[in-house]
Amino acid sequence: MGKFGLILKGIIKENPTFVLVLGMCPTLGTTTSAINGMGMGLATTFVLILSNMVISAIAPLIPAKVKIPSYIVVIAALVTVLQFVMQAYVPALYATLGLFIPLIVVNCIVLGRAEAFACKNSVIDSVLDGVGIGLGFTLSLTTIGFVRELLGGLSVFGNKLVEGDGMLAFVLAPGAFLVLGYLMVLFNKATKK
Amino acid sequence: MARESTFVNMSVTLFAVCLIASAVLGGVYALTKEPIDAAQIAKINGAIGGVVPEFDNAPSAEMFTVEVDGKKSNVYPAKKGEEIVGYAIEASSSKGFGGNITLMVGFKPDGSLVKTSVISHAETPGLGAKIDDSQSHFVTQFEGRNPADPNFKLSVKKDGGDIDAITASTITSRAYCDVIENAYKAFCEANKNNVKADAEQPVEEVQEAANASEEAQN
Repeated sequence: MGKFGLILKGIIKENPTFVLVLGMCPTLGTTTSAINGMGMGLATTFVLILSNMVISAIAPLIPAKVKIPSYIVVIAALVTVLQFVMQAYVPALYATLGLFIPLIVVNCIVLGRAEAFACKNSVIDSVLDGVGIGLGFTLSLTTIGFVRELLGGLSVFGNKLVEGDGMLAFVLAPGAFLVLGYLMVLFNKATKK
Repeated sequence: MARESTFVNMSVTLFAVCLIASAVLGGVYALTKEPIDAAQIAKINGAIGGVVPEFDNAPSAEMFTVEVDGKKSNVYPAKKGEEIVGYAIEASSSKGFGGNITLMVGFKPDGSLVKTSVISHAETPGLGAKIDDSQSHFVTQFEGRNPADPNFKLSVKKDGGDIDAITASTITSRAYCDVIENAYKAFCEANKNNVKADAEQPVEEVQEAANASEEAQN
């Protein structure tokens, strides 16, 4: 598989949200608007790329029995770094996503990729895998957020299209499940021949 | 391939991983501490500037806390010259639909509300989260009202008060009133101290202080 294929795989064939169905907590929780979904996706991508890079580099040195604890420490440290940086330079985004940032630590995608890919592959391939999966996650979350914001708030990326309230249920929790379900059906229908 | 999982190998590896991770965290913390503090102060200052009349001191530097019914609130006095033109009070209530609601509430020295601004909340997007829209009728209806006015009852209409609740968000609206109520109590406490402090000053200022306390009663 080419280097480009590694990235594409994360977006389509192994799309973390619609195909692997991993990381559902942030997916459902943060996608009340397209911009929130995108912010969460990018934050996760950042952690994913760095954690894949660090873990693929140190994997040969880690004894098998302490693999998971070591990976978790690495991931938790990276997430905390991200938290500090966001708090310092993008406080507005941090205010919206604040609660979910620490949850990236336990996002199955990050540990899943570390365990399934990064610890067996070279640093470069792992970074590309992180980029691919991260982009896949970001695109999925942005799409879900976009649909929910459009139906629930009648706006696109925070710009109101029509005055009015829209179907509020889509901004609330049930809407997250509905939109996720329908998008998953559409995605798999479109990609599986 | 991975090293063998002997006791020594495992301990050394975990120790090294933790040591490096904590060193990195310490470094990043030291680097970002200043911008984080600056961002927080900027946020507080922005909120203060939005809720009190024009001032020329640094309210966040003169911040003090008052305690009412076991609840602590931060009080930021806004002064023009030596005269107090208003108080910005950071108050909160845990009665929100999604937990705590924290507001910055601005009072004139006579106790009337200037403006309110949301510092943090976790209300439902699209419903209770409308409190965040400073232009909405719900938020602007508090402006200029005085909680001490006998003709004004600080609670939602459903509870017999004078406040139009946000449609489908009565709990949030109640909590918003509750925060303002708490802020008003803190204001009374803070203003009392201020009047007392004035009274201890030399004779020529006593008249002024008396005026101030009279205003507070009105």
